[in-house]
Amino acid sequence: MHLGLDEPVRECQYNQICTRNSSPMETLSHKKKRTPRRKWQIFPGRNRFYCNGRVMMARQTGVFYLTLVLIMVTSGLFFAFDCPFLASNLTPAIPVIGGVLFLFVLGMLLRASFSDPGVLPRATPDEAADLERQMDAANGSSGPGYRPPPRIREVVINGQTVKLKYCFTCKIFRPPRASHCSLCDNCVERFDHHCPWVGNCVGKRNYRFFYLFILSLSFLTIFIFAFVITHVILRSNRSGFLNALKDSPASVLEVVVCFFSVWSIVGLSGFHTYLISSNQTTNEDIKGSWSTKRAKNNYNPYSYGNVLTNCCAALCGPLHPSLIDRRGFIQPDTPQPLSHSNGSGLYPSTQNHTHMAAATPLLHSDPVMMGRAGPPPSGKTSLGGPCSSLAPSQPSLPSSMPGLGCAGDMLTLRDPDAHCHHHHFVSPEEMPSPLGPSSLVLPFAAHGGHLNPAQLYDPASQDSLHEDSVRGLVKLSSV
Amino acid sequence: MAETHILQDLQHQAAIASKVYVQRDYNSGTICKFQTKFPSELESRVDKQQFEETMQTLNNLYAEAEKIGGKSYLEGCLACMTAYTIFLCMETHYEKVLKKIARFIKEQNEKIYAPLGLLLTDPIERGLRVVEITIFEDRSIGFGR
Repeated sequence: MHLGLDEPVRECQYNQICTRNSSPMETLSHKKKRTPRRKWQIFPGRNRFYCNGRVMMARQTGVFYLTLVLIMVTSGLFFAFDCPFLASNLTPAIPVIGGVLFLFVLGMLLRASFSDPGVLPRATPDEAADLERQMDAANGSSGPGYRPPPRIREVVINGQTVKLKYCFTCKIFRPPRASHCSLCDNCVERFDHHCPWVGNCVGKRNYRFFYLFILSLSFLTIFIFAFVITHVILRSNRSGFLNALKDSPASVLEVVVCFFSVWSIVGLSGFHTYLISSNQTTNEDIKGSWSTKRAKNNYNPYSYGNVLTNCCAALCGPLHPSLIDRRGFIQPDTPQPLSHSNGSGLYPSTQNHTHMAAATPLLHSDPVMMGRAGPPPSGKTSLGGPCSSLAPSQPSLPSSMPGLGCAGDMLTLRDPDAHCHHHHFVSPEEMPSPLGPSSLVLPFAAHGGHLNPAQLYDPASQDSLHEDSVRGLVKLSSV
Repeated sequence: MAETHILQDLQHQAAIASKVYVQRDYNSGTICKFQTKFPSELESRVDKQQFEETMQTLNNLYAEAEKIGGKSYLEGCLACMTAYTIFLCMETHYEKVLKKIARFIKEQNEKIYAPLGLLLTDPIERGLRVVEITIFEDRSIGFGR
């Protein structure tokens, strides 16, 4: 009979109907097919991108806006209320210097917040498979469902033994001084800390901007504080203290803000000056990596020996380019990095699976399971506090809990936030489906995720469950 | 232009037999340097000396990009004074060297590696983590050169 002949024809028709089905989302995806998508749209980390990939920030930016508001309001009040008096009674250089400082502070803040801190792109599936093969070979073979213990490679740098840890999320051996930020879910080179005030990680590429920001902000704060006090004193000499306060009420607010800021900002600047001069990161300092308390002959192998060289290298060294090509267009045949740490051995280097991997990174992990680091602490009043307090929580996370890292990423299937912030990420429905048969799989993936809300909060059992479901998805996609 | 077509044809027509990864060498610190050890999978394909020479030149180029000296300090200070707006007009020294590296790799591929059925991928496309060497199946030429 001609059933055999008809079946492939029928299948083709079914596919055609599927893709031409004109729901509004399909026409939208059809439109998107014509405009090639940029790599930031499928970036696997927990970042936000603005201006078509030019601006990159962490997910939670509320505190950053607070920083901006504080700086602008305080400076604005200074220029509006204090500067006219000071310019006419002392010298017009005061508002000029204040203006230059203010612009510099703002420029450095925006540069630190908006730039890529030095994120390491995740390994492509082939790379990850190659590394796993090497690790398996080194360790002897283990069962398919068993996760091997965290791998460590040792390397000798300048006479000191440094351990390179394997990152289960990014599937790479982290370079020395790199660390995985659990808030942004990225490995960052020369990771200093995640700063909620700046709304971004501070790493190799933006450390100098961060330092210049806090340094110039210290000067600005001291400047404003000093001249507001001067202004009040000069006015009090003329018309009495209470009248002076009545004439310029903004000064009180400025003094209060500056007084509290000075302690924390100047302290933080001092701390970072020490770090720069000894060529350490906040991360290393807090962990005491190079302290002599750990071992008698412990020393910092990255230090150049003298303070001046260390400072010059940190502030005037070469500007490394961004390793994540945010604004590049996605090439259909290039391998895309995996978004979830699970799937070891499930991704042989064939094109189908790279498409699969390219499609799934759209689903982002919820910070619920990475809750160790949690939302930025809002209860703290001192400005310097949060910056240092967040640092210790990140490095311990991936190495001590490989299963959790996997489960946390696998829980990406169900994330309410991804839908809320869909104007930054591409939500699953908007995703174009040029993948032919595998396009049938993805609705199943989304549905599969939606069906298991209750199982979200039990990471231990999620691991094997999600491994099985991913295997199931992979099988479907290869049909 | 004809040479790039050869490379593209190689990619599309030849099947990928395997990929070899040359990892980073961190013995000198955090600078970008790749291991020069000759991978065993390439033994039958390319001359050891040639490969090591390619890797050494690559490492030298990266060292030049990351060199900390008078020129980089000057660039850094100038950039700081202009509040980093100068990079809207000119590219950084590092970026210039990266372009040089891209040209070098393309040239190496065209002259040496493509005729042997190999393709070097620019490390910047892999986040400076690895040098990816794709080994293509030698169907037309035959196995075991």
